[in-house]
Amino acid sequence: MKTSILPFGPQHPVLPEPIHLSLTIENETVLEARPALGYVHRGLENLVAARDMHQMVQVVERVCGICSMIHAMCYCQALEEMLDIQAPPRAEYLRVIWSELHRIHSHLLWLGLFADAMGFESLFMQLWKIRERVMDINEATAGNRVIVSVNVVGGVRRDIDEDQVAMIEKELVTVEREVKQLSLTLLTDFTVKKRTKGKGVLTREQALELGAAGPTLRGSGVAQDMRQLGYAAFKDLDFEPVVETGGDSWARAAVRFKETLQSVDLVRQALAGLPQGDLAVKAKGKPEGEATARVEQPRGEVLYYIKANGTKHLDRLRIRTPTFANIPPLTVMLPGLELADVPVVVLSIDPCISCTER
Amino acid sequence: MPFMLPSILRNVFSGPATRPYPANPRQPFADARGELVNDPETCIFCSICAKKCPSQCLAVDKELGTWEWDPFACVYCGVCAEACPTKSLRQTNVRRAVARDKQSVAVQGQPKPKKSP
Repeated sequence: MKTSILPFGPQHPVLPEPIHLSLTIENETVLEARPALGYVHRGLENLVAARDMHQMVQVVERVCGICSMIHAMCYCQALEEMLDIQAPPRAEYLRVIWSELHRIHSHLLWLGLFADAMGFESLFMQLWKIRERVMDINEATAGNRVIVSVNVVGGVRRDIDEDQVAMIEKELVTVEREVKQLSLTLLTDFTVKKRTKGKGVLTREQALELGAAGPTLRGSGVAQDMRQLGYAAFKDLDFEPVVETGGDSWARAAVRFKETLQSVDLVRQALAGLPQGDLAVKAKGKPEGEATARVEQPRGEVLYYIKANGTKHLDRLRIRTPTFANIPPLTVMLPGLELADVPVVVLSIDPCISCTER
Repeated sequence: MPFMLPSILRNVFSGPATRPYPANPRQPFADARGELVNDPETCIFCSICAKKCPSQCLAVDKELGTWEWDPFACVYCGVCAEACPTKSLRQTNVRRAVARDKQSVAVQGQPKPKKSP
């Protein structure tokens, strides 16, 4: 049988962002997938030459349009390590609250897109309706819906008062109830299982060998979560990484679904233990040297490397985002699949291409 | 699909999830980040706001006593308002309205008299 090469993307109805896959197919079966990137490079890392290290907080927030707060938190943690300062306890708890709110809305966004990729439009709408509550919490507490701009080197810029704590707790009760109402549909529905069970399988060994990160890794049975490092206030909070052993699209969706509920619990724990005190310590001086920081994004581990040269501008900033780590696993997930399953499996790694290309 | 039935029934009998915009726009949250307002009476044109701005959307001239803000380049982070030493610059909770043309906002104040040597 003659094989042919089919271009998938960069513009494809199921892809919110441009990634190109060259699919070698025989009949309807994929034999090989070769990814190609480079359509949305913005050169954000290079901006360190034009913006000083404090202004870069607002730049790195724009690396990702979904988990913006977590990028800024990681950057601030790296700079704090270099300047040898420690954010006050209240700031660390507030960082956990906002970062987990970002994880909730990111996972709800992805679950919605995943449902949409399967053609399950009403589930997509339901999930995004719930997500809107989390966006409202972000706007009411931090001032913006997505790019909340709450981080500063040395702490946070915004506080959450008693009324806002009550509002968040009230909204989270509704979010949790509404998410749980959809659990049967998302995890046990015949249509969903038919489209996801056994599709795009990544074994535990393959995941480790190819360096998968985040829910893609945990869906293959590896209990690795950067929050276990105990950055910010995670050292004081009680949680276990969510793990599924199937390694297929369904397992990755189940990890994200369960993590949404886990994040609701983490926000509650952080609100209950919110200590009193300052919001930030002053970040003085022009550092010299190198530092790295890694935190858990909704998509996996993000790593920041910074190098400073004793001036107000950094020498080098390097960002490794989780999607960059999750693209190689795609090359073993896709072969053997029917062409119609490719969009769902590509989406199952939660690709964030703008992040990857920065 | 059968598991969606309770949600579908609830949605049939409850009101719509969206509001009839623009007839009924949502009121802004008290802490929302909106447009900048500068008071020319209290502004000392020190240009700290312009130096701190990550998107470089502010231009201040001490000699002429002018302060100019480009709302279309602004990222609404609020760093400038926090850095203002006289609290003359503040951030309201009202979002910038959509516009046909890009326009900047200029404030003209009294330039500070030069100190005699």
